[in-house]
Amino acid sequence: MWLAIFSLTLLGTLLGLVLGVAAKHFHVEGDSLAAEIEALMPGSNCGQCGFAGCPRAAAAIAEGSAPVTLCPPGGKALAQALAAKLGISIDLDAISDQGPQVASVAEEICIGCCRCSKVCPTDAIVGAAKQIHNVIREACTGCGNCVDRCPTEALLLQPLPITVQHWVWPKPAVAPAALAA
Amino acid sequence: MGIFEKIFRRHPHWGVHPDDHKLPAADVPLRVLPLPERLYVPMQQHVGGPARPVVLVGQRVRKGELIAEAQGKVSAPVHAPTSGEVSAIGEITAPHPSGLAQLAITIAADGADAWCERQPVADPFVLAPEEIAQRTAAAGVVGLGGATFPAAVKFNLGRRLKVTTLIVNGGECEPYLSSDDRIMRDRAEEVVDGLRIVMYAIGAREALVGIEDNKPQAIAAMRAAAAAFGNVQVRPVPAHYPMGSDKQLIQTLTGKEVPADARAAEVGVLVHNVSTCAAVHRALRHGEALVERIVTLNGGALTRPGNVLAAIGTPVVDLLRFAGVSGRPARLVLGGPMMGIVLPHARVPIVKGASGILAFDADEARTPAAGPCIRCGSCTRACPMGLLPLEMASRIGVDDLDGATGFGLSDCIGCGCCAYVCPSHIPLVQYFSYAKGELSARERGKLRNDATRRLAEERLARLEREARDKAAAAAQRKAGRDAARAAAGAGVRPLPERVVKPASEAAT
Amino acid sequence: MIPPRHAAPVAAPHATGANNVTRVMRWVSAALLPATLFGFWLYGWPAIHLWWITTASAILGEAFCLRLRQEPVASTLRDGSALLTGWLLALSLPPWAPWWVGVVGGLFATVIGKQVFGGLGQNLFNPAMVARVMLLISFPVPMTLWTAPAPLLSANAPGFIDGLRITFGTLPATLDAMSSATLFGYARSELSRGVDLLQSLVATQAPTLSLLGERAGSLGETASLLIAAGGLLLLGLRLITWHIPFAMLATLALFASLMHGIDPARYLSAGTHLLSGAAMLGAFFIATDYVTSPNTAPGQLVFGAGVGFLTYVIRTWGGYPEGVAFAVLLMNALTPVIDRYLKPRIYGRDRRGTPLEIES
Repeated sequence: MWLAIFSLTLLGTLLGLVLGVAAKHFHVEGDSLAAEIEALMPGSNCGQCGFAGCPRAAAAIAEGSAPVTLCPPGGKALAQALAAKLGISIDLDAISDQGPQVASVAEEICIGCCRCSKVCPTDAIVGAAKQIHNVIREACTGCGNCVDRCPTEALLLQPLPITVQHWVWPKPAVAPAALAA
Repeated sequence: MGIFEKIFRRHPHWGVHPDDHKLPAADVPLRVLPLPERLYVPMQQHVGGPARPVVLVGQRVRKGELIAEAQGKVSAPVHAPTSGEVSAIGEITAPHPSGLAQLAITIAADGADAWCERQPVADPFVLAPEEIAQRTAAAGVVGLGGATFPAAVKFNLGRRLKVTTLIVNGGECEPYLSSDDRIMRDRAEEVVDGLRIVMYAIGAREALVGIEDNKPQAIAAMRAAAAAFGNVQVRPVPAHYPMGSDKQLIQTLTGKEVPADARAAEVGVLVHNVSTCAAVHRALRHGEALVERIVTLNGGALTRPGNVLAAIGTPVVDLLRFAGVSGRPARLVLGGPMMGIVLPHARVPIVKGASGILAFDADEARTPAAGPCIRCGSCTRACPMGLLPLEMASRIGVDDLDGATGFGLSDCIGCGCCAYVCPSHIPLVQYFSYAKGELSARERGKLRNDATRRLAEERLARLEREARDKAAAAAQRKAGRDAARAAAGAGVRPLPERVVKPASEAAT
Repeated sequence: MIPPRHAAPVAAPHATGANNVTRVMRWVSAALLPATLFGFWLYGWPAIHLWWITTASAILGEAFCLRLRQEPVASTLRDGSALLTGWLLALSLPPWAPWWVGVVGGLFATVIGKQVFGGLGQNLFNPAMVARVMLLISFPVPMTLWTAPAPLLSANAPGFIDGLRITFGTLPATLDAMSSATLFGYARSELSRGVDLLQSLVATQAPTLSLLGERAGSLGETASLLIAAGGLLLLGLRLITWHIPFAMLATLALFASLMHGIDPARYLSAGTHLLSGAAMLGAFFIATDYVTSPNTAPGQLVFGAGVGFLTYVIRTWGGYPEGVAFAVLLMNALTPVIDRYLKPRIYGRDRRGTPLEIES
């Protein structure tokens, strides 16, 4: 019996020592994670996630108080990248990724008030006072800030049309059982 | 072919051997398709940037006239396939599996089929190689084997990288197709002349014409045409799919292996298709732009299969009518059965890369239901690139695209050997196409993300700058005001330190 | 406002090869047929009853699980893989084993050995061998009771009814009367009594080593030549490649002749090792199972060599006289590792996956 007690105690002590040394030796700075997550995010600080800017959102994701799926402009791709970074698994099909969207100005309603261009996080709206505004599609992130701001509802979010160049083959419909493991 | 060649030719350890279905279509003499009433010429018929229209609706054009110019470094211009009037410039259904729209110029043919002013070159070999590349580019010649890469871009690349060997691809390993076979049989002189012009343009010392040994007439015709030129060799290669793939043909003919992520030109070889060579011949010797091509019409739903010379932009429905459709085709395929794409319907035009239109009957179009992978390894043995399709597909099945990339997804050439041999009929190629598309979409998303970040940073910088400028302007205004005031009361009370506290002063 | 996505287009290739899973399973079954029929003839009605009981149980287990997993039952069963699993298991059982051995084994093979992992293509271990090993460990007595051949229509062969009575355990006396030993079992017990092979193998009661397989043994394992013929058929049809059978038999023969050369009194000859027990069946039909073996040629060579080596080790120094089933299972466990490290070289890259140097 003494032998058993002795050997188990020895084993436990040794393993504990190993764990302790490993914890010290391979210690990872906690803050770097938030910074790494922030680097993945769009950085437009659009506020759609409910946090004040991307750094705050990144910090919340890093400490686990916010889901990785919180960023609408980042969409599925970002959620996947974040999940990979954090080593968690997410159900991609559950994310309603509508694909990239762009804002457009309904020219007959626009009154040229300039309010939208002030809230655009990427300066994607051009226009002067009393002039019809326009959206630079390449610069628009589809965050929708301008849509909420427009007094005449002249701004609309539209999905970016799929072109032949950007079309992606759909995943085969019935994943064979063998491939679902 | 000699007995030694037969014995010592190493049979490739990769690939598959599908029924070739080339006959009887390949043996039917070439026919010319009557000109349709309207031609729909897409602006994107090549790899690279789409061409930009340079004609207006209502404008009269003649055959071979430029109607859209190349845009960007890798692009190709588009020419009027016949004489007539531009009746519309707008979106039509693209010859693409998505069935999405694409910009095209519609030309109402006037029936005269009158050529524009052509500038033939009597002797291309006195021109500078750059001049040949330029003329080839201006004629809109792209790779006609299906890849549709602008030919002149490859010429310049070949010259820059000092390519020594031109490989002329007469493999045509896809079943059903025989357009390259036909052009080699009927126009061998044009092909040989064209390939000699290409050799001159890229500075190659020798040309190897690789032709699959299931085309004996083509081999004989090409040998006869090339007999006078010592540096042009016709080399039969085993009929084995995918022998017509660049990398496999290079390996079979020269023993060289193109490193991953490198271009063939970097190992000193350049591959051009036989039809491309013929198009180069026409562009130089006749000054004709690429406005027509030989298209194989084949498949069980056609009553008169064969090869036709058709104008680019001809609707598929006209080609089918010409070849006689029995019943309703169960599937329309553009290209060959191994790598071709399904057409959404027959009202799409043919493009420069359309080597064949296949109308499959119900029997040919039957797709067996997919079952579970039994890990038999058939796909691995068939893969000409040495990949593990089963491992890649199982990763992609659970959206582990990075895992699939780790198994070499980026090296997949999409030849379809794996899906062809799969006893469980798993649509492996579709898994890979999906994954490649998703990965490039992700890459685009990342670029977009970076661009957004840059824009946001620029905006912050702008706001800061504006605030600073505003503050500076305000300070300046105040300073000006104070200075004016100070100047006004200069004689009375010079109190310069008060400038610092203008508010308190205002209060006083 | 999203443009209607075109109904999922059909991807290339628009042609498929003639091979399919059902065809594979049918040919494998066909290749097993000669050895099976020979076994039926050799061991009579009890063997036939045991065969159908085992395969039916395997199919029943599969059907039950498919039902639970809400997958199509009839169409999946038609691929023939459950039949084949039960069949292979039956061939590895003592021919006069009682009915419940077949039932428990058949159910275990498909339910625990295969469906628990997720069905066809998902199992890590060969289902038939999983069941055989389970039976051998759990029920050593019926699993090692071998009968001397009693060919159909011969004088001492049990009839249809007697066969049923033997299989269903109501005729135990006959079994004792007929019991015999396999060559490996005999050699081992003689060795443990201190009788070396040079003496024991020439004794009159020694099991004979006949090429045709007229001796005691598992239902379908004795007719080595018929099994090898079936294996050659599969090779000819390119349903299996030569790598695993060759590597396994060559390794087994190599070690056997090596040890036999050192001490013929203690170690059996290579011929004995190749022609008795489950060596042939294992090499051509069990180790070559697609699902549980590596899928590249070098991997298959390593796998086959491993099975051959382990078989020899277990047969010679292990606790059981026969070792093919254990060897196959052990190598099955190594298959993912082998697959991981023995990938084919990708065109344009070296073995480690870095692009080749550019040389012109």
